[in-house]
Amino acid sequence: MKKIHIFGLIVIAIAIGIIVSTYGSASTYSNFTEAEELAQEGETSEVHVVGKLTKDANGQIVGMKYDPVMDANRFEFMLVDTNKIVKKVVYLSPKPQDFDKSEQVVVIGRMQKDYFECNKILMKCPSKYTNEAPDFKEATAEKI
Amino acid sequence: MTLGNLGHLLVIFSFVTSLVATYAYLRATLLSTDNLQVETWKRFARGAFYIHVAAVVGVCATLYVIIYGHHFEYHYAWSHSSRALPWYYMLSCFWEGQEGSFMLWMFWQAVLGVILIRTNKLWEAPMMTVYALVQAFLTSMILGVIIPGLDFKIGSTPFLTIAEANPGAPFLQLNPDFVPKDGNGLNPLLQNYWMVIHPPTLFLGFALTLVPFAYLMAGLWRKQVVEWLRPALPWTLLTGVILGVGILMGGYWAYETLSFNSYWSWDPVENAVYVPWLIVIAALHTMIIAKKNATALKTSVILVIAQFILILYSTFLTRSGILGNASVHSFTDLGLSGQLLLYLFAFIIVATILTVRVWKLMPSDKDEVSTYSREFWLFMGATVLCLASFQVIIPTSIPVWNSIVQAFGGVSKLAPPTDAISYYTKFQLWFFAVITILSGIGQYFWWKRVQKGKMQDLLTPVWISLFISALLITFGGINKLPYIALLTAAVFALVSNTTIIIGVLRGSYRVSGGSITHIGVALMLIGILWSSGYQKVVSLNASGLLISKDDYFTKEDNKENKENVLLWLGQPTRMGDYLLTYRGPRIEIRDVPEFVPNTWVDVIEGDFHAVCLRDITIGEKTYHKKGDTVAVYAENAHYEVEYREPNGRIATLYPRVQFNEKMGLVTSPDIKRELNKDLYSYVTVGSDPKKAEEWSPTENFRVAMQDTFFVNDFVAVLESVGRTDKVEGIALTPNDVAVKAQIKILDKEREYFITPTFAINQDRMVMRKPEVNEDLGLRVQFMEIDPKTGTFSFAVNSKQRDYIVMKAVEKPLINVLWIGTIVLIIGFMMSTIRRFREFRLVRDKGVELEKV
Repeated sequence: MKKIHIFGLIVIAIAIGIIVSTYGSASTYSNFTEAEELAQEGETSEVHVVGKLTKDANGQIVGMKYDPVMDANRFEFMLVDTNKIVKKVVYLSPKPQDFDKSEQVVVIGRMQKDYFECNKILMKCPSKYTNEAPDFKEATAEKI
Repeated sequence: MTLGNLGHLLVIFSFVTSLVATYAYLRATLLSTDNLQVETWKRFARGAFYIHVAAVVGVCATLYVIIYGHHFEYHYAWSHSSRALPWYYMLSCFWEGQEGSFMLWMFWQAVLGVILIRTNKLWEAPMMTVYALVQAFLTSMILGVIIPGLDFKIGSTPFLTIAEANPGAPFLQLNPDFVPKDGNGLNPLLQNYWMVIHPPTLFLGFALTLVPFAYLMAGLWRKQVVEWLRPALPWTLLTGVILGVGILMGGYWAYETLSFNSYWSWDPVENAVYVPWLIVIAALHTMIIAKKNATALKTSVILVIAQFILILYSTFLTRSGILGNASVHSFTDLGLSGQLLLYLFAFIIVATILTVRVWKLMPSDKDEVSTYSREFWLFMGATVLCLASFQVIIPTSIPVWNSIVQAFGGVSKLAPPTDAISYYTKFQLWFFAVITILSGIGQYFWWKRVQKGKMQDLLTPVWISLFISALLITFGGINKLPYIALLTAAVFALVSNTTIIIGVLRGSYRVSGGSITHIGVALMLIGILWSSGYQKVVSLNASGLLISKDDYFTKEDNKENKENVLLWLGQPTRMGDYLLTYRGPRIEIRDVPEFVPNTWVDVIEGDFHAVCLRDITIGEKTYHKKGDTVAVYAENAHYEVEYREPNGRIATLYPRVQFNEKMGLVTSPDIKRELNKDLYSYVTVGSDPKKAEEWSPTENFRVAMQDTFFVNDFVAVLESVGRTDKVEGIALTPNDVAVKAQIKILDKEREYFITPTFAINQDRMVMRKPEVNEDLGLRVQFMEIDPKTGTFSFAVNSKQRDYIVMKAVEKPLINVLWIGTIVLIIGFMMSTIRRFREFRLVRDKGVELEKV
């Protein structure tokens, strides 16, 4: 076997390794029920949950709580997932700036006992310019 | 004819001319070289391409005139600009929208096309066939033509009027001639000088990837499988420089403008350009050795195709809307996904056919490449670069994999890795450790011809770098294995490349480009290692103010989550080594060099002008008088935060929040730059100075001299009441009587004095001038004097004291990163110039030979 062939095999092996590891580290789009099951099984990996914010008659988001004077690093809100399950979501960072304008959000994190702890929120705001296409914003509480 | 019609007509015209040029160049290529008609076709093709270029310039000029002239009847001008913008930001408006950025790309390609036609006659016909075809595809993106009957739209035009863009909108039924008075404005994050130059640079890089690709296609087509390398190599280097500079500018812009806390966040949009750039770098390395090594030649062919296709793929990723739930700043879907896919697949197919057809014609290596040859090490480097880019593109494409599975009826709910930064860093760090080591070894094999049995040449730099790394690791406190590996690798690259420059090249600037570039990369990695790996959050909340019954707060590990700190107006708070004080919101007047307190001016609602409430004086100079109208950046609030260091040095930072009615809140950091570190801080919650807090209902106090009373939880003492001659804002006549009370208010750490006045004029008219203290959030009015009891009464209102929530991070050695970038660019430019010079020499010699 020529050196170039060995070299080629090594490259292919690394490439396959990359693909396998991508599959392994990829998160999943999920819902609260599945997230709860995962948490009960002791799984610590994080999931993406896509959900909607409920708004009252005045356009206020229901269940939203942020009091910077008490704790600037804690923000809570209620989220309805795709299966209409409602859960409290806790975000350990200040309230993201465009949150009030959002309708649909993706929260990334894992289920705790009775709430979903997320460290990243992807917000789908109605577009800046028109109301047809949504526009994205991200907020993250990742710690350094 | 309206501007819109003119623009649209020019777009169609440029599309048609690019097709004509493609056809004419194709005819010229297909004819045999001795045919007399070749020149005729070439001349015709050239003419068509020049007209096309003129049309493209016309299209761009028309759109700029629409934006610059505030023609808000056009949707593009209305949605991307506004009257308040200075002219240079109107350039950014031009490319904020998708159509404008396509035009920028087309514009650069047109300009480059002219240069190519004028500098290389030999390759003109086949190369320009490919080139003009690409140009036709790009032009079709902004065509905005609907095929009658099929109801299929080709491209999206920026020349639509508001009425055309919103057919049947209710406001148009009321008034069909409706023209908005002002535009929506430019996204505040793009109102930055980097956004004026970053997109043009990046799109020039995009346009440049076409040049090596077009030369390669021409070479494969005419079965000149090696000859294409010579004209393509200098252009590949230039692509590497420009694309690299464009990416780095984007990173610097993100660092300075976005509150993402970093210069690189492994967002799909960033990854989509990072990957082709790595491939360009790999390609230029294999191209250098491709004349001598057949494996490298074949690899170069694949890589040059890949870099162009990957640019198309990145365009598809960012503009088709497929990244949907995965990215922060992808463009919205304009319905061009089908067209973009067609574009992508068309060139994959063309490139594959041309390559397969001549694959057998390519030379093959007789002898196996020796481990001691320069070719071997360069090839290794290129391979690792490709693997590094492969590692990034696979996870970035997860949304694409999902769509493919779903297209075949499957279910795939894969999501990108949750923590992109740590995920990609984990892999890329090791790849780059290997790449930097190879950059050092490769240079040694290249210049010194290290041979079997003569490896000791390499030992010296190894020992030196191990020694330096050991020192850095010990004194820098580097304690993680990956960091130690990266640091050692980077130091080795620094040492070995420096020895090459000094020892072998003796500083010859013409050939040192490669080594200098490698030194730049090594410096960048060291800068990244410290500024990202060892960044320190300064704003850890240590105030102990977290009072909550929730058991959540009692948990010990929760402390580390408190990375944002709350600062009350005027109250110093300790944060790490610093004592921080929030001094209040500030506003920027356009012709005043410093920010001024918001209380100095009154902003006219819905306008970018304000009336001065007092003289605007900075230092000695008075810029405006009281009552003047000045232009301000009305939407921006800069929160003045004072940093006091232990040695008494004071620095002031002004992190920004923009309150934009249409776009919500947008924050930008302010950075304090020091030689060895940056202090990076941004406001996460701030109050809008235009929306004053409401005062509480009035509370009345009747007190005697030296009485103590409680106002809004503060202890207050009426210290004295005395006659005064001056009351600000009121002209007193000799018969008027004015009295001033002095009330002492005790806050946690300092005392404040509030001095409301009470005046009676000769007509027994009473004036009660209230005094406001913003730091305390108190307003006190002197109401009455009761001579019988010797008491005084005051009316007090209170409000929430102003505060901000902010985060501050220290980034050590970030300047090493910026120095590295500059070194990289300089080295890269030197290599590029060298290769262009070589190309010109050979070409001119070739022309002379042809003449003989």
